[in-house]
Amino acid sequence: MSIDTQPAPQPTTRDRGPVAVHRRLPKFAPPGLFLAGVALGAALSALTGFSIATAIVYGVVLGTLAVYIASRSVEGRRKATDRLVTSLVTTAFAIAMVPLVSLIYTVLDKGLPRFDSAFFTNSMFRVVGEGGGAYHAILGTVIITLLTTLISVPIGLMTAIYLVEYGTGRLKQAITFFVDVMTGIPSIVAGLFAFALFTLLFGNDVRLGVMGAVALSVLMIPVVVRSCEEVLKLVPNELREASYALGVSKWRTVVKVVLPTAIAGLGTGITLSVARVIGETAPLLVTVGLITGTNLNPFDGRMATLPVFAFYQLTQPGTATQAFIDRAWTAALVLIILVMALNVVARLISRFFAPKTSR
Amino acid sequence: MTTTSAPTAPPRPKRRPGDRLFAGAARGSGIFILLVLAGVAAFLISEALPALTASSEEIPGGEGLSSYIGPLVLGTLLGAVLALLVATPLAVGIALYITYYAPRRIASGMGYLIDLLAAIPSVVYGFWGLAVLAPKLVPFHEWAADALGFIPFFAGPASTSGRTMFTVGLVLAVMILPIISAISREVFSQAPALHREAALALGATRWEMIRIAVLPYGKSGVIAGAMLGLGRALGETMAVAIVLSGGAGATLNLISNSNPSTIASNIALKFPEATGIGVNTLIASGLVLFLITLVVNMLARWVVNRRADFSGAN
Repeated sequence: MSIDTQPAPQPTTRDRGPVAVHRRLPKFAPPGLFLAGVALGAALSALTGFSIATAIVYGVVLGTLAVYIASRSVEGRRKATDRLVTSLVTTAFAIAMVPLVSLIYTVLDKGLPRFDSAFFTNSMFRVVGEGGGAYHAILGTVIITLLTTLISVPIGLMTAIYLVEYGTGRLKQAITFFVDVMTGIPSIVAGLFAFALFTLLFGNDVRLGVMGAVALSVLMIPVVVRSCEEVLKLVPNELREASYALGVSKWRTVVKVVLPTAIAGLGTGITLSVARVIGETAPLLVTVGLITGTNLNPFDGRMATLPVFAFYQLTQPGTATQAFIDRAWTAALVLIILVMALNVVARLISRFFAPKTSR
Repeated sequence: MTTTSAPTAPPRPKRRPGDRLFAGAARGSGIFILLVLAGVAAFLISEALPALTASSEEIPGGEGLSSYIGPLVLGTLLGAVLALLVATPLAVGIALYITYYAPRRIASGMGYLIDLLAAIPSVVYGFWGLAVLAPKLVPFHEWAADALGFIPFFAGPASTSGRTMFTVGLVLAVMILPIISAISREVFSQAPALHREAALALGATRWEMIRIAVLPYGKSGVIAGAMLGLGRALGETMAVAIVLSGGAGATLNLISNSNPSTIASNIALKFPEATGIGVNTLIASGLVLFLITLVVNMLARWVVNRRADFSGAN
């Protein structure tokens, strides 16, 4: 047996029909053409007074056009459209990254100058110019968020348990639907609700930390319900049936079998919902207000919170304007750090408390 | 031979007190949530009532409730619709990129980056819009007033600070981008693999596969996501309150210094100093906002749920 090692005959494209004509751009061509377009765009921008923004815009448009035209003339209309969409979709993603990068850079740039120990140890009590800090506001945010969590988690978790373990028929449908609708309540409306409720109970012009907690709970409960419900649904039914077969009552099955199995997901979901409300400003603005001193009692008068503190430092600066604006940006930076930290904690919880699937 | 005796009635499960208590607590929490939602409407109405019945001279502005709230409603819709028009195509593109274009290994990381946009507090978006985006957009405002001035939306004169409805629309677009793209991503990734493979097997390019197999399947999901984003943009408060220099009457002009305010930002800015009937007026405007977002969200959920039934049948 001899193996034919002759090279395959070169296809003679001219003799074949149009189907066999399968021309493709070489692999390096699209990125190369794109870069050429970008360079041309930068040159064009330089002609009209250089700026990075116009250079990028011209460059991306010209680069995309170059790839499209080349592909259209070599590969045909269908392939060209495909390449066009590929670059459009990639550009969409790149555009979305611009505000994220710009925002984080700006907050770091403007927030770091006052990111010092005084910011975390001083309040704004009797501070009219430089110095001062957000000690009172950070503590206020922590207290109100804890209170919110204390209200929201039991109600949200029990509702999720009802929806997954007990719920049937109309009531279940109604709760599912309205929890979804509730996730869309504007935060300011939640604040007005708490204000109206406490005004009816305690008379006019009442401002309490707990009002803010009630307002934030309206926003947090539906998030807790949704995330806990998703997690509880993932608990395998075999575990419940095994427990029932041993004669364990239903509520002990839920408490001793279902919840421990789902604990990682529940922790993650609850942490993320805390992250969702910790930066809310509008409801606190209308219910808690702001003070310059430290008030740690949520049942007695106004409190300071970090988002409201940041808002007023920026929008109502005193005579030493720059000091107020610096404090505002540092407060924004601390707020972002808090939210990011909660997000990281949520990821760690889901990693370390995940149920052991095998030994 | 074994005789099977007639089956006796199955033993009724014993109801223990703990069971009853726990089930009651769970059911009670669910009902409590419904009550809270009803309570939001009820308390808002009860506090808005004085403004609804007050004579028109008592309302701030002195021309009655509807001419106070009307421009605010216009401003709210203007900003939110602009945000929606900008964000929806971008979000669909991002969702397609993450589900079908990005390299598999880093796709989930990219999804996480987009989700980061949702984690940033709205007050920080306001800071960014005021300090970075608004000044950067001033040249565009000038250009738009020159070149597009014949369109009522760009009639000018161009704002020199950039704190306009146009800038607000862009900030809101960034804020609702992660919402729309998260839902679109989910439905796109659920497009049936058999349909996609069939399209590719027939020689479709990647874009043709997406057009004939993914987009028809994900269409209602995109619509629902867009409406949820719209609901979010309608109710967004702090970013608008910080960026927009509002307060002028009703105008469609997006790029001038006189913009209508939005309901939510107007409440946030006026509420701390409001007294008497002013408070009731603001709560009445909040009630209008609540009703608008309620309708939008219920429509969105209805679309989502209808689709869930549909895909469940397949």
